[in-house]
Amino acid sequence: MTEPVLSIRHMVKRFGGLVAVNDVSLDINAGEVVALLGDNGAGKSTLIKCVSGVHLPDEGDIRFEGKVVSFPKPIDARSAGIETIYQDLALANNLDVPANIFLGREMKNSYLGGLIKTLNDRQMLTESEASLAALEIQFPSLTQPIESLSGGQRQAVAIARAIYWKARLMIMDEPTNNLGVPEQHKVLELIRRLRDQGVPVILITHTMPDVFAVADRIIVMHRGRKVTEKRTSETNASELVQYMVGALDDTQAPAV
Amino acid sequence: MSGFEEPSLSPSKRFILMASRLWAWVFLALMILFFIIAVPLFGGATFLSVRNSQNILVAIVPVLLLGLGQTFVIISAGIDLSVGWVMSLASVLSAHAIRASYNAGVPLFLAVVLGFLAAVGGAALVGLFNGLIIAKLKVPAFIVTLGTSFIVRGMALLFSENTTVIGLPAGIRDYGNESLFYWVRGEGGGFYVLNRPEVSGELLRQMDRILAWPVVITAIVVMLCIFLLRRTQFGRHTYAIGGSMQAALRTGIPVDTHIIKLYMLSSATAGVAGFLSTLRFTAGSAVIGDALLLSSIAAVIIGGVSLFGGAGSIIGTVIGALIIAVLTTGLVMLNVQAFWQFIVVGAVVIIAVLIDQSRDLILGRRGRGS
Repeated sequence: MTEPVLSIRHMVKRFGGLVAVNDVSLDINAGEVVALLGDNGAGKSTLIKCVSGVHLPDEGDIRFEGKVVSFPKPIDARSAGIETIYQDLALANNLDVPANIFLGREMKNSYLGGLIKTLNDRQMLTESEASLAALEIQFPSLTQPIESLSGGQRQAVAIARAIYWKARLMIMDEPTNNLGVPEQHKVLELIRRLRDQGVPVILITHTMPDVFAVADRIIVMHRGRKVTEKRTSETNASELVQYMVGALDDTQAPAV
Repeated sequence: MSGFEEPSLSPSKRFILMASRLWAWVFLALMILFFIIAVPLFGGATFLSVRNSQNILVAIVPVLLLGLGQTFVIISAGIDLSVGWVMSLASVLSAHAIRASYNAGVPLFLAVVLGFLAAVGGAALVGLFNGLIIAKLKVPAFIVTLGTSFIVRGMALLFSENTTVIGLPAGIRDYGNESLFYWVRGEGGGFYVLNRPEVSGELLRQMDRILAWPVVITAIVVMLCIFLLRRTQFGRHTYAIGGSMQAALRTGIPVDTHIIKLYMLSSATAGVAGFLSTLRFTAGSAVIGDALLLSSIAAVIIGGVSLFGGAGSIIGTVIGALIIAVLTTGLVMLNVQAFWQFIVVGAVVIIAVLIDQSRDLILGRRGRGS
């Protein structure tokens, strides 16, 4: 078997007396969608924030593409190729699609030997069109402020941005939240497309239908620990719920 | 295929939307038309004249300059309440610099350049102070710049000599009051470029100064600001910070540094205003900017800059400043008591914000700044 893209070993993160992530190990392989399930407070967000550079884990190793890594800041995780899309999407709603895709990394024209630099909006628009086309996303207009776009369209912009900047691992936090049903389907379709292009996706969610629609593998957390890991084909919703509420736990002796 | 449907607006909503974007232009045009007709009828004067148009342009210079930097700051969802007194401080500093260097034997033009550097440099230092406290210590801009305005007020008065710095070389008057073009009407008159014609008596009264130097300098600053806001990464990041601070931070925009630069820019344009007022009055005044702060914010708001940040333009602020100046001048020429100007300007500000909000309502936004 080839080496996993992301490999976490014995990760621990404490906040004072609270152990938010307790000795968690997991692997994410190329071309798979892994759902990270758990109730509120199960530790899935903290785990993810340790991977995306928001928190530094207290113990354990993170290996990304074979190398042991440490991300003191979110920007470090990002430049390594780990892109996290939070629920607020980190989009500026008053700017258009290209401005958002290139936000903070704008393309510029140089004049007078670099003394004067102007925005190269034309080039950014062309590149944006290409990156959206690669994901088979179609918008009526890219040059309107994205506040006029729907939630699903904005999600697509965030995903296109991550792909444009060569994300090699995508972490998505509840991507279908607050979306209508048709839009949920489109976002899930995009996630499948990412996987087919070889970008693994970690999907944080507690929406069961999403899990069965796109995930290849499922990891369930409960009170900071990983309580099970299953292939989607080997489990069902009611079993997963039992793991989520702590009724089942693979790491301990079966309850009587 | 992931084709997303376009959220569509009805034609009537589109029309209202477009009208709300253009209303300031329309309002300005209608107002000018009104005064062109009403002033000769009821005021016994001519509104539409070269001289009056030039008076209005000269009048908007300080308000507009304060408003230009403020436009950047407000687009970034900040506010700079210190610019009025920063202008005063800059006026005092430039007067000192010009007087001291001229008395030390520096040629007049160089003394004026030193005065400019003192005004803009001193102002930018105040901006640096504002920006550092806002960006690094996370104190709300409203509080910081309110505090700074008092500090700067005290400094301006301390550095001045009983509010006014006088004894400046008489020659600087030309820099503040002479112009690019001169037009003398009637017999023996003509159109002159750069050189003021040697005329006297009746002909002098017939001479109009077209595009006074302060107006030219302000126009240059306006163009630089338009370029900076629309065409550069600096402008793009200003909009991004005002639109979503979270997005700006997450995408790695150096937000703190940017905020510091914004407040330095805001102070710097106020510094230019202070410098020009020193040239215009041949004196540094520690109280010149006091009354201008609120007018400049009014101009920015009338021009369509959202106080919640993320939206607005430099041209809007120019239109806003023009609306205030035309309104004030027109009402004076109609012999309306001066107090009414304030009431009318206040009403226009509120109407501008109402129009801005109705636009949000049409677009179905839940409120700005979220």
